[in-house]
Amino acid sequence: MLWNTFLLALRSIRRNVLRSFLTILGIVIGVAAVVTMVTLGNGATKSVADQISSMGSNLLLILPGQRFGPGSSGAPNFKVADVEAIRNQIAGAKLAAPVVTKVATAVYQAQNWSTSVVGSDDQYFESGNWELTEGRIFNDAEMRAGKAVCVIGSTVRKELFGGQNPVGADVRIKQFSCEVIGLLKAKGQSAMGRDQDDTVVMPLRTVQRRLAGSQDIDRIMVSVRDGASIDAVKDQLTLLLRERRNITSSENDDFRVMDTRQIAEALTSTTKILTMLLGAVAAVSLLVGGIGIMNIMLVSVTERTREIGTRLAIGALESEVLLQFLIEAVVLSSLGGLVGIALATVASIALAGVMQVPYLFSAGINALAFLFSAAIGVLFGYFPARRAARLDPIEALRHE
Amino acid sequence: MSDRTIIRLSGITKTYGSGQAAFQALKGIDLTIDRGDFIAVMGPSGSGKSTAMNIIGCLDTPSGGSYEFQGVRVERLSRDQRALLRRHFLGFVFQGFNLLARTSALENVELPLIYRRHPAGVRHAAAREALKQVGLEGWEDHTPGELSGGQQQRVAIARAIVTHPTVLLADEPTGNLDTRTSEEIMELLTTLNRDRGITVVMVTHEPDMAAYAGRMIHFLDGRVERDHRNGAAA
Ligand SMILES: Nc1ncnc2c1ncn2[C@@H]1O[C@H](COP(=O)(O)OP(=O)(O)O)[C@@H](O)[C@H]1O
Ligand SMILES: [Mg+2]
Repeated sequence: MLWNTFLLALRSIRRNVLRSFLTILGIVIGVAAVVTMVTLGNGATKSVADQISSMGSNLLLILPGQRFGPGSSGAPNFKVADVEAIRNQIAGAKLAAPVVTKVATAVYQAQNWSTSVVGSDDQYFESGNWELTEGRIFNDAEMRAGKAVCVIGSTVRKELFGGQNPVGADVRIKQFSCEVIGLLKAKGQSAMGRDQDDTVVMPLRTVQRRLAGSQDIDRIMVSVRDGASIDAVKDQLTLLLRERRNITSSENDDFRVMDTRQIAEALTSTTKILTMLLGAVAAVSLLVGGIGIMNIMLVSVTERTREIGTRLAIGALESEVLLQFLIEAVVLSSLGGLVGIALATVASIALAGVMQVPYLFSAGINALAFLFSAAIGVLFGYFPARRAARLDPIEALRHE
Repeated sequence: MSDRTIIRLSGITKTYGSGQAAFQALKGIDLTIDRGDFIAVMGPSGSGKSTAMNIIGCLDTPSGGSYEFQGVRVERLSRDQRALLRRHFLGFVFQGFNLLARTSALENVELPLIYRRHPAGVRHAAAREALKQVGLEGWEDHTPGELSGGQQQRVAIARAIVTHPTVLLADEPTGNLDTRTSEEIMELLTTLNRDRGITVVMVTHEPDMAAYAGRMIHFLDGRVERDHRNGAAA
């Protein structure tokens, strides 16, 4: 009986391919949107997580201002003295590296390349998990003197030097010439699709003097000593910086100390907003899809009134007619779910490539989407099905 | 009352609407039908023939009186119980055939067996056999659109008899057919009544068709006006 009803439903869908397709379009779009979005979201989250774990879980990032990213202006930047105070006074801080970042064009012979120039000191390499493939990092004398020396990332090397060994060469950055003393090992794409190897690292003082023109530091990277409590170090850092920045107890912090989890959250926050927006779109289109199914089922019940009358006359029970139309609605909506899932798979693979995030197939979300679309069929098919089941056989048989 | 009685209507009334708009379509029908009867129900349009047929067919319930079908008081049954009664004991033939469109003759005939939960193999065999009995061997795969009116009504009759019903109810089965085709349908009903012992109750306007029946019941204005064996006056 159930199997027959299922075949019957398939047949009536096949009889009206175009109409059936238009009916399930809402569900197709809704399911495709949800599945694509969750799949890509998972991929993005995973790549952020991977990157964070490559940074090491014991990394803390100190930023001026209360918000992440641009717009933190207003709060004063940090000074080298802040970094020294952290090194001297916070026992749990293994490393503390000042960081200044500027965008500048690097020129070597006929090649030029716009890159991000980082000013820091020797602790930057260890706390950022950077390794060298060639040469060396800068020494104390170079840092103190603000010598024009630099360590370059693999992308900069590729763009300026091709396959050549860059160590010992002079690169022009803005109006000064800078000797390449080391080459960083490639790290690859960052979570947000930024190329981490597109970088040039110089002594802090060099960047401050020649590029930034100020004594400010954009941010401080702190590496927590193994065994030390991250939360305790965070609290100590907060206290120290509040004191150094003369923040009274009634005032809020004008800086943030973020651990890797918070950094990850900040990095994925845009993804989350996007996910929520898409989720809303998907919810609306699923609702529209459900209403579409209800509508088409009502039309179908009206069109097939005589058929229903005939079935009732030859002895179909109310529940059997109800089940028949319910199954038709569910078959229709599940079909929409399947098409949506197929579409989502294609879209996710394509978009994952474009967005540079991994494609992660999740059986869970696909199964959930399918079950959900079937549930929509039950929900929106019930009312028309009940209407069919409750028809008066005599009137239904007389229906024109 | 013989024990061959399968249908007994006593004082059946049917009122449509209520209050001012109330209309009494049946004004007290007393009727017994025996197993094996072939009955032609006649009477002017609006005299209550279809109303009575619907009650006999357990599609409708009377407003008053009692209806016994094989000893069961139908007016006391629920909607689903009446559906089961129809499923197991009654066959219907309608004036408008009421076949499922774009569905083969075979599948149309199988329909009642689906509700009886017969397995597919049994259904196919029974439906083929029924189609053969109505003279439609070889037409199994044709859809109603590809069949003539007479052929469609034969498919409908096959669908009604495939379950081996006790009673076959036909409300103006030849109303949409020409005289020659009507006669073929009447021959078929006669054969089914005579050879398979199916009780046939048929509504018709045409005396020529009624002549095939063994008993005629004339309705007039919601009452039985005349009830007689064919050829003899009541
Ligand atoms: N559902 C209904 N509601 C109101 N009146 C009805 C309904 N069905 C039938 N009638 C009326 O009952 C009377 C008998 O109808 P019917 O049994 O169909 O007559 P017949 O089949 O003899 O032509 C007619 O006057 C008809 O208008
Ligand atoms: Mg009538």
